[in-house]
Amino acid sequence: MSVFAATEVLVAQNIAFGIIAIAIVVAAVRVVTTNNVVHAALWLVVVLGGIAAQYILLAAEFTAIVQVLVYIGAIVVLFLFGIMLTRARLGGENMVNKKMRPAAMVIAVAMFGLMAYSLWDFFGDTELEVMGRSTAELGQTTAQVSDSLFLTYLVPFEVVSVLLLAALTGAIVLARRD
Amino acid sequence: MNELVLAIELAFWQQTLIKVLVAAVLVPTTALIFGIVFLFKVMSWMQSRMGPQEAGPRGLLQLLADGAKFLQKEDIIPDKADRFVFKAAPVVVLASTFLIYVILPAGPDLIISDLPTGIFFAMAVSSLSVIGVLMAGWSSSNKYALMGGLRAGGQLIAYELPLILAVVGVVIQAGSLSMQDIVLAQANGSMLGFSGVGLPFLITQILGFGIFMVAIQAELTQPPFDMPVAESEVVGGFHVEYTGFRFLFFFLAEFATAFAFAAIAATLFLGGWYVPGIDPDSMLANVVGPIALFVKIMVVAFLIFWFRFTYPRFREDQLQRFAWKYLIPLALVNITITGALVVAL
Repeated sequence: MSVFAATEVLVAQNIAFGIIAIAIVVAAVRVVTTNNVVHAALWLVVVLGGIAAQYILLAAEFTAIVQVLVYIGAIVVLFLFGIMLTRARLGGENMVNKKMRPAAMVIAVAMFGLMAYSLWDFFGDTELEVMGRSTAELGQTTAQVSDSLFLTYLVPFEVVSVLLLAALTGAIVLARRD
Repeated sequence: MNELVLAIELAFWQQTLIKVLVAAVLVPTTALIFGIVFLFKVMSWMQSRMGPQEAGPRGLLQLLADGAKFLQKEDIIPDKADRFVFKAAPVVVLASTFLIYVILPAGPDLIISDLPTGIFFAMAVSSLSVIGVLMAGWSSSNKYALMGGLRAGGQLIAYELPLILAVVGVVIQAGSLSMQDIVLAQANGSMLGFSGVGLPFLITQILGFGIFMVAIQAELTQPPFDMPVAESEVVGGFHVEYTGFRFLFFFLAEFATAFAFAAIAATLFLGGWYVPGIDPDSMLANVVGPIALFVKIMVVAFLIFWFRFTYPRFREDQLQRFAWKYLIPLALVNITITGALVVAL
């Protein structure tokens, strides 16, 4: 058991983690197996909400709220908006492309293997210092996030925003008719 | 900070139970108050008519009678509707409303949870209602509902940005995202050296307040931003197929969200529960705080509903242009000026 759950963390947290993790996995499987595109987007809401809940368990409140605001409040809403404007039929949907499933499975397994290996390789058996400490001991995490974002990682942060601006301009150029 | 009201120490589950019960009572009650005071009384007064008179003294129980009526109605689900999504949509919208109440402070100890990221949390959970609206519009299998849902989606996305950007000015000035810290920053502030009444951020953030109020109006899909529910264009918009208690859910969510947004505006710009002359740490503030907050909420809500009953409806392109070309640039200017002044002073 100790392989899967850190012993210093409260038992209740481990149980909550397990329940949420199972919900995420079930919802994630439904995202790719449902025949209806709108249902897939709604299952995705469950997946992303579950991830936000895991962030809260990790005492990363700010990240959890960003997850809800950006992924659920904006990105999934845009998905739904786009789907409903184009082809949102009720009931089963025949246009779902099932031919690519084997290739998608291979890529998914490969990605999982890569990420699992890199995490295992980097952390191994090391225990993070954060474990077992309360949020109060960790200090105001929001302030820490903003400090590192605007002091240590200022240049990458600005570069990313320029990249987003380029993407935005590109989208406008593509959408223009004249 | 909290959990010592009446000097009784409570276990965590007892506190949680009490908080859940308080929220469960508070949300419908506030919706009722807003419905009766503004939808019936103020609206009929502004339109020079009588309004409801029969149910109870001066017609004050009309909304309770309506609520009881909704509960008795048959629960109709359209034949071709997506049943599960159709049933879940009102719950999603109402759940989003309940979550906003978590961070509304009514006194130094009277808050369900003083999250360090309070106002940011409120913005995030209020954006969840869009999902419910889109679910309702799509699953009804009705073209008017779908059109209304799409209009609502486009409008809520467009006006969420100025809403959040308008809050940023206040957050910069208060130096915190926590609702309690924002109240205390206003209580401890001073105007040109005079600290008698604190510093309501309305004075320094008047531009932010204006943008916030307009964005609230759009987020609530109220006139002049009622394209998504315009009865003359799309019948009732996303809730056209809903009857009985499911419609009641949407109705409750609309007015309870109006109350929550008015409370946020009162807290951010008018000092929240703080009353000049009362020590914000004293027990007295817990008694006077909710009353002060309620009065401020009613003032803000009067403005919201005044706009609602006065202006004609925007056209879709006017609505989008107003958000993207005027409100968002103005909000960015406000953030820049606030940031520069906070650094300079």
